[in-house]
Amino acid sequence: MEKEKTKNPNQNSFLFNLLTNRASSMTLAVVFALVFTSLLVWMMKANPISVFQTIITGAFGSTNNFTQVIQAWVPLVLASLGLMFTFTAGLWNIGMEGQIVMGAIFSYGIIRIFDGSDASSALVIILCILAGILGGTLWAFLVGLLKNFGGVNEIFGGLGFNFIADAVMLFLVFGPWKPEGVANGSTKMLDTRFWLPQIEGTYLSLWALGIAIVCVILVTVILQGTYFGLKLKAVGKNNKSSFLLGIHTNRYMLLAFVLCGVLAGLTGALQVLGFNHVLRNNISGGYGYIGLMVGMLANIQPLITAPIAFIFIALSKGAAGLGIDLKLDSNLAGVIQGALVIFVLIMDGVRKVLIKKFKGVQSG
Amino acid sequence: MDVEVRNIHKTFGKVHANNDISLVVKSGEVQGILGENGAGKSTLMKILSGFISLDAGSILLDGKEVTIGSPADSVKFGIGMLHQDPLDFPPLNVLDNLILGSRERMIPNRKKVRQEFVELQKQFDFSISPDAFIDSLSVGERQQLEIIRLLWLGAEVLILDEPTTGISAAQKIQLFAMVRKLSEQGKAILFVSHKLEEVEALCTQVAVFRQGMNVGQMLPPFDNDKLVEMMFGKILTRSDRKCCTQEKVNIEVSDLKIDDPRLPIKNVNFCIQKGEVIGLAGMEGSGQGLLLRALAGIIRPSGGHIWLCEENSSKKDFVGKHYFDFKDSGISFLPADRLDEGLIAGLDLREHFILAEKQKGFFVDAKAAMQLTEKRIKDFNIKGTAENMVESLSGGNQQRAELALLRQPLRLLLLDHPTRGLDIESTLYIWSKLKQRCSEGASIFFVSSDLDEILQYSDRILVFFGGKVSKPLDAGDVSVDQLGQLIGGRGWE
Amino acid sequence: MDNSLAISIGSIFAWAGPVIFGVMGETITERAGVMNLSLNGSLILTAMVGFVVGTTTNNFMLGFLAAALVGALIALLIAFMSISLKQSQVAVGYVLAVATKSLAYFLGAPYVGKPVMLLPQVPIPYLSEIPFIGAILFKQTILTYMSYVLVFVCFWWIYKTHQGLILQGIGERPSAAYIRGVNVNRMRYIYTGIGGALVGIGGALYSLSVKTWNGQLSGFDGIGWIILAITIFGSWHPLKGAMGAYLFVLLQYLGIVLQPLLPNINSRIFQVAPFPLMILALLFVNIGNADWVDRTLAGLPEDVRRTIAKILRAMKTSPPAALGIPFEKE
Repeated sequence: MEKEKTKNPNQNSFLFNLLTNRASSMTLAVVFALVFTSLLVWMMKANPISVFQTIITGAFGSTNNFTQVIQAWVPLVLASLGLMFTFTAGLWNIGMEGQIVMGAIFSYGIIRIFDGSDASSALVIILCILAGILGGTLWAFLVGLLKNFGGVNEIFGGLGFNFIADAVMLFLVFGPWKPEGVANGSTKMLDTRFWLPQIEGTYLSLWALGIAIVCVILVTVILQGTYFGLKLKAVGKNNKSSFLLGIHTNRYMLLAFVLCGVLAGLTGALQVLGFNHVLRNNISGGYGYIGLMVGMLANIQPLITAPIAFIFIALSKGAAGLGIDLKLDSNLAGVIQGALVIFVLIMDGVRKVLIKKFKGVQSG
Repeated sequence: MDVEVRNIHKTFGKVHANNDISLVVKSGEVQGILGENGAGKSTLMKILSGFISLDAGSILLDGKEVTIGSPADSVKFGIGMLHQDPLDFPPLNVLDNLILGSRERMIPNRKKVRQEFVELQKQFDFSISPDAFIDSLSVGERQQLEIIRLLWLGAEVLILDEPTTGISAAQKIQLFAMVRKLSEQGKAILFVSHKLEEVEALCTQVAVFRQGMNVGQMLPPFDNDKLVEMMFGKILTRSDRKCCTQEKVNIEVSDLKIDDPRLPIKNVNFCIQKGEVIGLAGMEGSGQGLLLRALAGIIRPSGGHIWLCEENSSKKDFVGKHYFDFKDSGISFLPADRLDEGLIAGLDLREHFILAEKQKGFFVDAKAAMQLTEKRIKDFNIKGTAENMVESLSGGNQQRAELALLRQPLRLLLLDHPTRGLDIESTLYIWSKLKQRCSEGASIFFVSSDLDEILQYSDRILVFFGGKVSKPLDAGDVSVDQLGQLIGGRGWE
Repeated sequence: MDNSLAISIGSIFAWAGPVIFGVMGETITERAGVMNLSLNGSLILTAMVGFVVGTTTNNFMLGFLAAALVGALIALLIAFMSISLKQSQVAVGYVLAVATKSLAYFLGAPYVGKPVMLLPQVPIPYLSEIPFIGAILFKQTILTYMSYVLVFVCFWWIYKTHQGLILQGIGERPSAAYIRGVNVNRMRYIYTGIGGALVGIGGALYSLSVKTWNGQLSGFDGIGWIILAITIFGSWHPLKGAMGAYLFVLLQYLGIVLQPLLPNINSRIFQVAPFPLMILALLFVNIGNADWVDRTLAGLPEDVRRTIAKILRAMKTSPPAALGIPFEKE
């Protein structure tokens, strides 16, 4: 260490600056991720250029495709926003998936109650959303309790509850809630008057989009403009100091789970009311899992989740056409997303290690 | 084996931890090394044991120059170090713990190792079961085990770092007997301590370190006063102490008891007056930190009372209350390690000021917070802007920021080494701010390893030794000699 | 009747094979102080690789070798990013869990529907003749036998060999291992790699023996997370971990056997049964570490407190003390 420090003082070299500048190192990460995926595609004997073309056309090539991207952006950005609370508090809420599922189940439960009644549809929809929020919150709260009072790591608690939520879903759609006669893993369709109004000929609901945009603003304001947000951040950065500064650290960690659950539940409710219009297995669409990656890249800045979630969902939706056009599996989207995060983590690590090694810690 | 170090230099950032240190320890000698924390003792020991590398200078074993690049080298050359906190493996048993660091074969010959261990142990009258698990042993036994392990590996030079902290009196006697025996066998021993009477009882020569330098050697008979002076430096001024003490009791501590497995403290009794400054003197780790944290409400005393006294002479016992209750009653604690449990790395100054202030409403008033922050930065002369992350500030400025974070009004301020690592200007500045707090009626309770600082700023002094707490001594009357004796463990009933 | 029962019990041991390899791999990795959270993805990717290499070369050996190699590479990437680049092991592991799963499905898609080959059973002479027991334990594939052996080898290695003691040391107190002359980070790389290789063999076992590769590992997605939980449940001890693995497979198996008795309930619900149990188990082994327990206990009368504390201590498992913490020598 010591010798290297004196031997390699070439801090002005191009490479050194390239790797230690935040913007250029992140750009490099993206380039590496693209090169890596191109290599994979090439290995599968396909042309990388046409793959990226297909993805872009698949996402933006037509109004129909584009509305699908926007429609799917809503749940992903909501999930990512929820995770902003837990990430800010330094927690890993892998249980997001299950919380979304519970949101959907609770929300559909309300539909069943009012099915066939002549209650106002606006009222029922609002009740559905509230019930969804309750479901998601409950599931998140359980994980928080286990973490705070049972010492069970939130990763394992969360995973366990994901599987349990799945089981509850399966039980319902194949059991008491299955449509008459068939058991195909889905309930019967909602009465159209309980659908969130959507643009003619598409699945895009402006209501859902509106809710997502409001949430982006709301979460940004809460996390960056309130005492609550600041205290949460303090707890996430240094639990001990925060406690000594007078913050109820346990309470705040629990609240982070609860708020995350609120957004998860909302996501689940919108999946039922605004898009699927049934309750079915896999209704969460994996948005909780992708949301964690979006959240990692957003680095606790809620506003940034919007564009990152957009890129991620455009990749996912755009890749759907790969199978038809190029005979490639659409899971390539997941590979690109994963590669992006991995290379960002690698370049970030390289940058920090280099800075620490050659610039030394700022002292005084 | 003879050990010699010549002109050793080692710097950490701006700190010159070892500044031209030379020392010769011949085979059979027990070399005492005295010095306060931060004097450079452990740095030199870590260099000898291969933990850190030296910047300049040389190490000679039996007159031959060697390069110690790693702990493995040091073991190979026959240097063994006993760390203050025995570096062993709590979940393993004694035998496995021995084998782990040896050059045993793939499948260790446990029978042979057991036999060798038992034989070695017999030499020194130890009785550790080879099958006991480390976490069931006392600190003293773990030390014995470590020494046996080092000897078993063939150590010819033994470094003992503060070996008597946390061990029983009987174990201390055993340890000393062992050290004497080893020196008779021709081992060279470096005994690092800050307990004068131990050094006197054991060592054949003593070196005193201060501020990274070897300030002097002494042969027996040791002159205690001289050693204290060498350790702490000449105490020059005691003038212009401004006393703000008011004749009102602020806090009363009676029969306080703290159960700490390594350093139980009991029977602590004293009063703190309003506006008073009390300095806590003693070798590091003699119990000052524990008392400080107990008064802050961070650790819970197992008995006794902490009375908070009001104007109308009513009083409330705070023992057993939550830390937040202490804090809300105006008791604040500033730790020595500022980024570990004081400030929050990753947040900027403005965010710290918002957190420290009383919450008004739900939303943060960014403008008001900015104004407050800028005012505090100016008031406290902090070199930095509101948007600077706290970890980018210098130590002095971090400490100023911590003082600026304190709320009004304050009843008691507990400080752990308030000026450690700060330059003179910052030290003076911080004390002027602290004195200002006193004139407003707050009491100050501070730990310092700088005797000069304690004498300079305290009204009264509590001396700590091995968990014992002296009666409060009036800083105006107490002599430096008297303090030195108490710190060194003499003159206690 | 007797024989068919033996065969079905025997299938528990066959199914447990991959779980055992996974648990042993993760146990070794975590003992060294590194957490490989990518298991769920690694298993699926190595299952794919094992299947593709095995079937295209028509050589089981090569299939398992390739899978082990891929498993080790993933693990080494985690080691590199956490040990050398100081990134969070949780973050890296999680992303890899997700990314390698997608990678498996992407790369493996063309091989769906390729002719299947399953590892043949090799009855052990004489032993397989033992009534009942023989049919259960000794009419298995070679890899299942290896899974039995692996448990004992891991146990022996960790507790009985010099190297194993060093392995315990670097996960427990790396600084103490360092002063004894151990190159902590190098050893961590090595053990993470070995652990990953074992996980890889486990993955290939799924696709070449237990199930097969049909584009998805149907019914086994999620198994990686379970393996991580079993590792904790087994308190990082190979024998206890193996017990946990067999218990888990038994539960899954019972789910399937009991299914016909409750025809209204979807079979996949039974497969979920171990998860609530996993949470409960984790709660039991962890609750002793929670600080409110200490506080509550302090208020109880002395003898009650002692008894409860004793029970809690018996249940409690503590992870290797340095798990997830990077080692830096000053």
